[in-house]
Amino acid sequence: MIQGLLDGLLVGSIVSLGAIGLTMVMHMLRFANFSHSELLSIGAYGALVFDRIFAALVPVAASSVGPLSLTWALFLAMIVAMALTGLSAIVIDKLVFKRIRETAGPLSMVFASFGVALIIRNVLALIFGLKPQLYSGDIAFAVTISTDPSLLVKPDQVFVFCAAVIIMLALHFVLSRTTFGYALRAVAENPALAQVAGVRLSTVIAMTWIIGGALAGAAGVFQALDNQVSPMIGSDFVLALFAAAIVGGIGSVYGAVLGGFVVGIASSLALVVLPPGYSPAMPFLIILAILFIRPNGIFGVER
Amino acid sequence: MIGVLSYLVFFLSVAAILAVAVLGLDLHWGNTGLFNGGVAAFFGMGAYVTILLGGSPQPGQFGGFGLIYPTALLGGILASGVLAWIVGVATLRLRHDYLAIATFGVAVAFETLARNAEWLTGGAKGLRGFERPLEATIGNPFLFNVCFLVFVVAVLAIVYVGLRRLIRSPYGRLLRAIREDETAAQALGKSPARIRLASFITGAMIIGTSGGLYVTFYAYVSPQDVSPILTFQIWAMLIVGGAGNNKGAVLGAFVVWAAWTASGWALARFAPVEMQLYTGTIQYILIGLVIVAMLLLRPQGLLPEKLLISQTGSGGTRQPAS
Repeated sequence: MIQGLLDGLLVGSIVSLGAIGLTMVMHMLRFANFSHSELLSIGAYGALVFDRIFAALVPVAASSVGPLSLTWALFLAMIVAMALTGLSAIVIDKLVFKRIRETAGPLSMVFASFGVALIIRNVLALIFGLKPQLYSGDIAFAVTISTDPSLLVKPDQVFVFCAAVIIMLALHFVLSRTTFGYALRAVAENPALAQVAGVRLSTVIAMTWIIGGALAGAAGVFQALDNQVSPMIGSDFVLALFAAAIVGGIGSVYGAVLGGFVVGIASSLALVVLPPGYSPAMPFLIILAILFIRPNGIFGVER
Repeated sequence: MIGVLSYLVFFLSVAAILAVAVLGLDLHWGNTGLFNGGVAAFFGMGAYVTILLGGSPQPGQFGGFGLIYPTALLGGILASGVLAWIVGVATLRLRHDYLAIATFGVAVAFETLARNAEWLTGGAKGLRGFERPLEATIGNPFLFNVCFLVFVVAVLAIVYVGLRRLIRSPYGRLLRAIREDETAAQALGKSPARIRLASFITGAMIIGTSGGLYVTFYAYVSPQDVSPILTFQIWAMLIVGGAGNNKGAVLGAFVVWAAWTASGWALARFAPVEMQLYTGTIQYILIGLVIVAMLLLRPQGLLPEKLLISQTGSGGTRQPAS
């Protein structure tokens, strides 16, 4: 039970990171982006490639950081992968979504996002293979925190949780303390009025993609570090991200963080009663429940 | 010769079955502006319930009630409708993309159930033990397949004509009015939420019909048949054909199914052996490219929607809505 709670916190921190970008894009561009979770896969594979490159260039970097299986090379690769994922999010927007946004309605955007997701997922599978890979071949041993109740935690998991919280805190300061943060919130609130006040809409949209993409990239690396790098990360997470965004209320960054933890913990605790095969359906049940109880989410406003 | 002919009959049967589903989706998307991300679930509901009701009893397996075929098929269709009703009531009052997310979720949940609930759905090995109606009476397999093709085409024609009448009726105008401007329709005293729900359920039952026909054809259903790729295929068919135009929907079904079959054959024939494992992957990329490219280059599809103008002399120059 408590082990489930701990696992849920970990999964929740990953879902939260992914859902932040999704909820911002859904609010600002008014469409459900089914390709957002593929950014997690891009991040995970990006880190895999750069980890190998850095480790080959500077062999010292291939040594582990403290008790973690994470190496310095992977840590650097993660930062590069975050930038790479943010850039891919912008490129995808320029190539596909921006053009469709200008000519067609939001439904076409949703259709297009499914198409984009299919392409990204399967191109990654074609390049890197369908077989899952690992960042490090070393076995990461779990540390026993207590024996009764039995609690096991891997050092990597502690790192993932702390890093995710630090990234979210950093985002909080950007949103609440900087001019850019104000501009972003203004556009989300009322795009026309924000433009009148001198906010460049295109810049804010681009920054939203970069931030959302970078956070998703980090989430992908964390997921891959805790489990494995697989082209299916995106499709595994798509419903969980939507569930987190809907629970929190579309457009609410803090709601998405809370929603991510709700989804993570609920999914982990559900494993106590349900057979593991059913876990893919868990986010859907959360979505249905929240739509019946509070359709606009916890922090959402009616539109 | 008979080999080519029997393959042609097989190909046309599957394409016609899928065309029925595309027509159902066209009622959702083309005519009412509803996003159905869970075509596979409604299709699967029709397929699974038809075989559960109409199949023969299997050891250790729920179902196999052996009902006569029309009852079994009708049961499958109704089950799809009930599923649509549950999802629709929860989401149709809300912003449109909630329906997209919820229907996508239904498809994931349905596939999960199909894979795991062995007592009900047979799990990964699927459900067998379905006697195809009149197969024993007809005897000759080729003749049976021809008869089945005629039956499927007849169903397709019935659905097509029925939808055409529906779309040309005042009710069809109402559907498009809601699609174009919900507030205006509301101001005229219509209830968009109720009408959208009715349209969603009707379309889902048509997709369920397609699933029922599919399971009749193969006498077998497994989780493979309700995987998300089915949803994407049906979409690609509608987008290629042209949403809002039923002729286009049927055309798209045959074109995309031909392209899918041909690409699968070409990859199996010409791709190097180590690439064979990735045939599905390459085909998925192709479907994704078709969807994105059509939306970017020709969003109205091969056969664009023809706007029905009910009063002559006005509005003749209106452009089709995207």
